[in-house]
Amino acid sequence: MEGMEAYLPVIWAAVIGFGVAMYVILDGFDLGIGILFPFAKSEHERDQMMNSVAPFWDGNETWLVLGGAGLMVAFPRAYAIILSALYLPVMIMLLALVFRGVAFEFRWLGVTSKKHWTFAFAAGSAVAAFCQGVILGGLMQGIRVQNGVFAGGAFDWATGFPLLCGLGLVTGYGLLGATWLLLKTEGAVKERARPQAKLLLLAALALMVIVSLWTPLAFERIAQRWFSLPNFLFLWWIPVATALVGYVGWRRLEARDDVLPFIVAIGLFLFGFLGLVVSNFPYLVPPSLTIWQLASAPATQVFMLMGTLLMLPIIVGYTIFVYWTFSGKLREGEGYH
Amino acid sequence: MDVHPLLLARVQFAFTFFFHIIFPTFTIGLSAYIATLLVMWTRTGRERYRELAQFWTKIFAVSFAMGVVSGIVLSYQFGTNWQQFSIVIGNVVGPMIAYEVLVAFFLEATFLGVMLFGWNRVPPWLHTLSALAVAFGTLLSAFWILSANSWMQTPAGYEMREGIAYPVDWLAIIFNPSFPYRIAHMVTAAYLTTSFVVLAVGARYLIAGRHLEHARTMVRMAVAFAVIAAPLQLLIGDRHGLNTLKHQPIKVAAIEAHWDGSEPAPLVLLAWPNETAETNRYAISIPHGASLVLTHSWNGLVPGLKSVPPSERPPVVPPFFAFRIMVGIGLLMIAAALTGAYLGWQGRLLETHWYLRLVQHGWWTGFVAVIAGWIVTETGRQPWIAHGVLRTADAVSPHAAGTVATTLALFVLVYGIVFAMGLYYINRLIVRGPQGPATTEPGAGTPTRPISAAEEAGRQALRAAG
Repeated sequence: MEGMEAYLPVIWAAVIGFGVAMYVILDGFDLGIGILFPFAKSEHERDQMMNSVAPFWDGNETWLVLGGAGLMVAFPRAYAIILSALYLPVMIMLLALVFRGVAFEFRWLGVTSKKHWTFAFAAGSAVAAFCQGVILGGLMQGIRVQNGVFAGGAFDWATGFPLLCGLGLVTGYGLLGATWLLLKTEGAVKERARPQAKLLLLAALALMVIVSLWTPLAFERIAQRWFSLPNFLFLWWIPVATALVGYVGWRRLEARDDVLPFIVAIGLFLFGFLGLVVSNFPYLVPPSLTIWQLASAPATQVFMLMGTLLMLPIIVGYTIFVYWTFSGKLREGEGYH
Repeated sequence: MDVHPLLLARVQFAFTFFFHIIFPTFTIGLSAYIATLLVMWTRTGRERYRELAQFWTKIFAVSFAMGVVSGIVLSYQFGTNWQQFSIVIGNVVGPMIAYEVLVAFFLEATFLGVMLFGWNRVPPWLHTLSALAVAFGTLLSAFWILSANSWMQTPAGYEMREGIAYPVDWLAIIFNPSFPYRIAHMVTAAYLTTSFVVLAVGARYLIAGRHLEHARTMVRMAVAFAVIAAPLQLLIGDRHGLNTLKHQPIKVAAIEAHWDGSEPAPLVLLAWPNETAETNRYAISIPHGASLVLTHSWNGLVPGLKSVPPSERPPVVPPFFAFRIMVGIGLLMIAAALTGAYLGWQGRLLETHWYLRLVQHGWWTGFVAVIAGWIVTETGRQPWIAHGVLRTADAVSPHAAGTVATTLALFVLVYGIVFAMGLYYINRLIVRGPQGPATTEPGAGTPTRPISAAEEAGRQALRAAG
């Protein structure tokens, strides 16, 4: 049992990591659609953009709930500390998600109010994405903990690094959204998405470079992790591969490819995520608490793991089913409403 | 002004919760109704059922979206505002919440996409199956979240070590003593609430002389369902109350405003309970009434509020009045259902205008009863957040009052806008009513390739625009 208890938190960290990655990629592209909303030329085009994600957004956002619930089950103390420490960005993110979520329905029903819901969808998506970046950055830079509970101030997160991460996530989601439009639409929307994707790809790569330089300079533990020997010998390929993926993405955008840029955008997110894991593991609440210190009772982790291992393949299965049902391009003027 | 952060956190949770519960209540019932309509459509081939299903699906979509977004808020609020909640009881309650996400939310969210947008993309049987999956998903969701709530009311299957709850027996945790009663009561409430909304909409069309065929179907189905469910709910509620008396007697004492447990309890119909004087003002009561209801004997004794010190008592006024509102509405619903059934038996249900006018304005009854019921059970559990395990005051996160007040104000503002617009749009959908001829006949012209579905959808979009 001793060995089991040591491995359980690692397995759970992997499960939650999987959930977070799924969320970031899936809700990322539909939040990205909202981020790109202001740059469309007409409400008609915005209809087409929104329709391309309408059947999926609810399922996509469910991964966020899974992330929260998974954290609560497997690492209840982390759930309490992180959400209390990042209270304001979390609350603002939730309110933004409320606005952009109902906009999916309300925007079709409003006549005179349609433009307001267009704004709500765009602003809600951008604010939610920004807050998620702030939450990530706020967590990375560390949370003040005393006696196992949060002991900092309400605005500890309001520093340069989290705000930069916020900008980074807005850019990244924008890239996912633009490449999704290449994949799923035709006509003017798609034509505009290509230059947008190029611009966003460059911006996202630039921000990834800045974050990658900032973190080891600002946080000693992260510098140690990457640049001490022999770690560096095992890790050097991650930034190199990321740069290579970015280069392939640029070439495929130039070559007017519709499919691969979206895969590339996903790839960039996965490499970014891998970088975060390398930088922080095994700390879940940096700089002081590891996954083992934060884990729930082994009985709880086992009970939940059984259900998760049973259900995750089923969930992935019917996620594939719904994407397959609504596969294919969506053209101008087409909709499900 | 000095407002305690604890009070603000409680107000915030209450506000976001009451806003949220409106939508699951409606969508649990409505998804079952839509699935029923679609099953009837595939079995009989009658277009009226499909048109009704399509009509209610649009309203369902709006309600479900509001339920989803307000639900996400709740799932994070446990952590943002109630830090010790997850630390102390997360080991035990966490899995129930996570199982809800795993088995219910993904099922609902995925098949909702098919249900809303799949009219032209999937064959009728698969569409019907998707609606059934969504309806089943809402029930699974109710199962797990009510199990978690019931555990907070009547904890079981756990042990305390160093101030933290650890699971001992998962079956005892999930099927804790109040769970069977609570889920029966809540699911029946959801179905009943929705049947009164359907009844109101049908009655509205009959009075206006519009969509007559659809309206008749709705009114008949709603009355037939309510006449069984409304009296059944009274029975379930009574059983639930007796279960509460066994496990949370002080909650029942607060509901009855029963102070002195050494004497037979009167049934207090109306009063103003005074918590400092520990007595009721202006009471209208039936002597021995509560003893009779709760113990089924004339001189039966039930614990009074004074049997525990004031620090262990819940507030009396909220559960006392909320309970009377809930029961009062429940009795009105029974009366309305029985009257409707009697009129139907006489063959006059669809022509009796005074009745239709009455039920047309009764769409909100179930929602108020559900909110009142939750006020009873949640305020009645105080001062505990998990009965006997964790006090509400000990669970709260240490935020400054100003921080919590700011987010509370934002929630009131945002939810106010969203709720007002949601009601306005739902009303607009009702005014528009069920739409005429089919987009696809069952079994005919089902597109096998996405592109043909897309072409068909395009034609419809043009037709709708022109």
